[in-house]
Amino acid sequence: MSAFTIEDLKRIMRDCAGEEESVDLDGDILDLRFEELGYDSLALIETTSRISREFAVQLPEDELGEIGTVRDLLALINQRLSVSS
Amino acid sequence: MDRLVAITGIGVVAPGDPGTKAFWDLVVSGRTATRTISGFDPSPYRSRVAAQCVFDPLQAGLGLQEVRRLDRAAQLAVVATREAMADSGLELAQERPERMAVCLGSAVGCTMSLEAEYAVVSDSGRRWEVDHTYAMPHLPDYFVPSSLAAEVAWTAGAEGPVNMVSAGCTSGLDAVGYACDLIREGSADIVVTGGTDAPISPITVACFDAIKATSTHNDDPEHAMRPFDRTRNGFVLAEGAAVLVLEEAERARRRGARIYALISGFAARSNAYHMTGLRADGREMAAAIDAALAEARLAPEAIDYVNAHGTGTRQNDRHETNAFKRALGDHAYRTPVSSIKSMIGHSLGAIGSIEIAACALAIEHGTIPPTANLTEPDPELDLDYVPLTARERDLDAVLTVGSGFGGFQSAMVLTRPGAVRA
Amino acid sequence: MSAVITGLGIAAPNGLGTEEVWRSTLAGTSGIGPITRFDASGYPVRLAGEIPGFEVSEHVPSRLVPQTDRMTQLALAASGWALEDAGVDPQRFDDLEMGVVTANSSGGFEFGQRELEKLWAQGPEYVSAYQSFAWFYAVNTGQLSIRHGMSGPTGVTVAEQAGGLDALGQARRQLSKGVRLVLTGGMDASLCPWGLVAQLPSGLLSEQPDPERAFLPFDTGASGQVLGEGGAILVMEPAASARERGAPQLYGEIAGYCATFDPRPGSGRPSRLAAAMRGALDSAGLTPEEVDVVFADASGVPELDRAEAEAITGLFGPRGVPVTAPKTMFGRLSSGGAPVDVALALLALRDGVIPPSVNVTAPAEEYRLDLVTEARPARLRTALVVARGYGGFNTALAVRQI
Repeated sequence: MSAFTIEDLKRIMRDCAGEEESVDLDGDILDLRFEELGYDSLALIETTSRISREFAVQLPEDELGEIGTVRDLLALINQRLSVSS
Repeated sequence: MDRLVAITGIGVVAPGDPGTKAFWDLVVSGRTATRTISGFDPSPYRSRVAAQCVFDPLQAGLGLQEVRRLDRAAQLAVVATREAMADSGLELAQERPERMAVCLGSAVGCTMSLEAEYAVVSDSGRRWEVDHTYAMPHLPDYFVPSSLAAEVAWTAGAEGPVNMVSAGCTSGLDAVGYACDLIREGSADIVVTGGTDAPISPITVACFDAIKATSTHNDDPEHAMRPFDRTRNGFVLAEGAAVLVLEEAERARRRGARIYALISGFAARSNAYHMTGLRADGREMAAAIDAALAEARLAPEAIDYVNAHGTGTRQNDRHETNAFKRALGDHAYRTPVSSIKSMIGHSLGAIGSIEIAACALAIEHGTIPPTANLTEPDPELDLDYVPLTARERDLDAVLTVGSGFGGFQSAMVLTRPGAVRA
Repeated sequence: MSAVITGLGIAAPNGLGTEEVWRSTLAGTSGIGPITRFDASGYPVRLAGEIPGFEVSEHVPSRLVPQTDRMTQLALAASGWALEDAGVDPQRFDDLEMGVVTANSSGGFEFGQRELEKLWAQGPEYVSAYQSFAWFYAVNTGQLSIRHGMSGPTGVTVAEQAGGLDALGQARRQLSKGVRLVLTGGMDASLCPWGLVAQLPSGLLSEQPDPERAFLPFDTGASGQVLGEGGAILVMEPAASARERGAPQLYGEIAGYCATFDPRPGSGRPSRLAAAMRGALDSAGLTPEEVDVVFADASGVPELDRAEAEAITGLFGPRGVPVTAPKTMFGRLSSGGAPVDVALALLALRDGVIPPSVNVTAPAEEYRLDLVTEARPARLRTALVVARGYGGFNTALAVRQI
């Protein structure tokens, strides 16, 4: 299984939750929190549930609850991907 | 002179056994009706608990054609309507149908029948262009949820204003609030009102799973709904109906009707914030409480009991605790607050009306129902949540509140007849 | 307290936006045509009033698109037009003094069909987190209140077509309790296969394949109804408050409103439609002679047309008032239908012209109606809008110039 990249995340986020007009998703967003990108908990739930299905990866609820920044989420997904592969 | 609104009839089909008496016995006992879902195989779902009515439509007096025609939400509503009408002692032959109105609340309408029929015409989701040759004749009634209000109106013989209020989880409160306006403004003398919902079907369970709103205490279903408890983890989906007969109070007195309570104030507000989220400060719920108290011409200190929304989520518990403090001030610390949802779950658009019925019965019996399953109080919450055991207390004025998806916040004040205002 | 309408936002099958719909309607341009949004070739009904050219990205913020059904997207767009028309910037109001009361009838049905399909074909974990609110009947009120920052009184009325007027009646009640502005109206859009199939067994839908012959209310050739999508969102305010803030226009006031319900079919008791119409006039303090035009419910089903014609002639006398049904150009819009009629009635008062009922080439003589089949200039001060909802719901609402 190939690594999950920020490009994968942006594609899925745009599809699942759109994008805030005042935010440039293509800018340097790795260390921004999702709320700073205009995404609420619903947007995050919809996005992570899509990622789970599309990449066949289990993302435990309690670990998702700890996610703050984009970098955190990418790390969690890739860590879980390496465990399951 | 102001036209006041009296509750003169109550009919309840709540989780557990049907009927108002069985309902009241359950909610003052501290026992619960939450169980593992039995209507379909719950194993693929995150939350597998629900509060279901022990309801046999034939035994409840419905005919075979009614059973075929009516969605379960309509069945519950019609049975509750018959009980409420009988309880009110109204003689239909002596009433003018045009002075009788209906306002029924429901959040999800005929969703069970819609889903069941969808599964057939789509061949279990295999076709987007669903097969109309499998459509059953009553499908248009399910498509239009106001058919629920129509069934209640036919049962009650109402020919005045009839409609449905569908404001999500505040529907059961908002419908009764609407009904009160019809009496106060003189559009009707009698309003048959309340709420009904029968949502325990795969699509509803799945959509609450998706947002992780429902409880996962699947291994302990009887104690799955734990409002104000540290170990809460969501609400338990439920079904049910409550129907109230409201009458202009002077008229009710003249005919010697039993008046359970007066509905003295109501208001609905919106947090304009989020479709599912609540801000912790409780500002808009407090605004609804303020407005309901103002309509009732009562000071916050007059409130003897608060029936909480109590959905068993951390977000809700903080939100409404703050709203009560904001609206009632220091009096909030002296006022018992409880959630009967701990026992009968959250029946979406019905629960608001079921809770109004509970408040009316609490006034009638001088008893405050407890919050079940509250064994490990959340240290962040500092009000009196009436854990586990019912309390005897004379109640002159009670407050009941509800929150719903869409950001809706509603509040209603009930008073003991003769206690506060003539 | 006089409740006035100060802003209109219409989305209809013959146009997007108030002035576009009004121009098309006066010109008699129909929006009814073959269904294009899904393959309807296998169904006995293949026509509908679809709204063409609604580019959602032009009207709805990107963040809201994935979580909304088409009917909510249309409501968001129409609400923006209505506020703009009224010259209202919600940020200049106290949020608790602005309310939202909308009608709805079928919820986000197309969104719901997609999620049901995922659930039944793939499994519960495929169901969207947005399903919990995107399909339910209260979603438009919720989304509008959030979008425009309105925390005042909220409400959602449901009585199929009749519910659209109940919403306006309820909005007026809120103004009488001291609210300064209510966004109201109704919007429905359930033109998906499941939405069509769920309505087919009613037997009320026309199976005529010719768009010009399918929906002919009050015509000898009436053969049933055509479904459409759309509705209108209106800005309602107390007249004094609207004047004080310098509203660009006061289209007219909600002068009277009444709702009634028919007895159970087969009871032998008479319909209560005429009582709703009379009740609306009584509550407005109007006599039938003062009504200049009736926007009919116009079912298109012969027995329902007859019942409405009898109610109209019973109140106004044979050919006693001009009657029109612009919905011949839209189809039946469910909860959106009556708010569109109210908006068109207000525009008719403004411009002194009655919009036509199109395609009705052979009005049934026995109905004895003065049916307006071409745009007709007239001095108009008062209009009565009539709506019936599936199952026996009747509502009527009078608007009057002020």
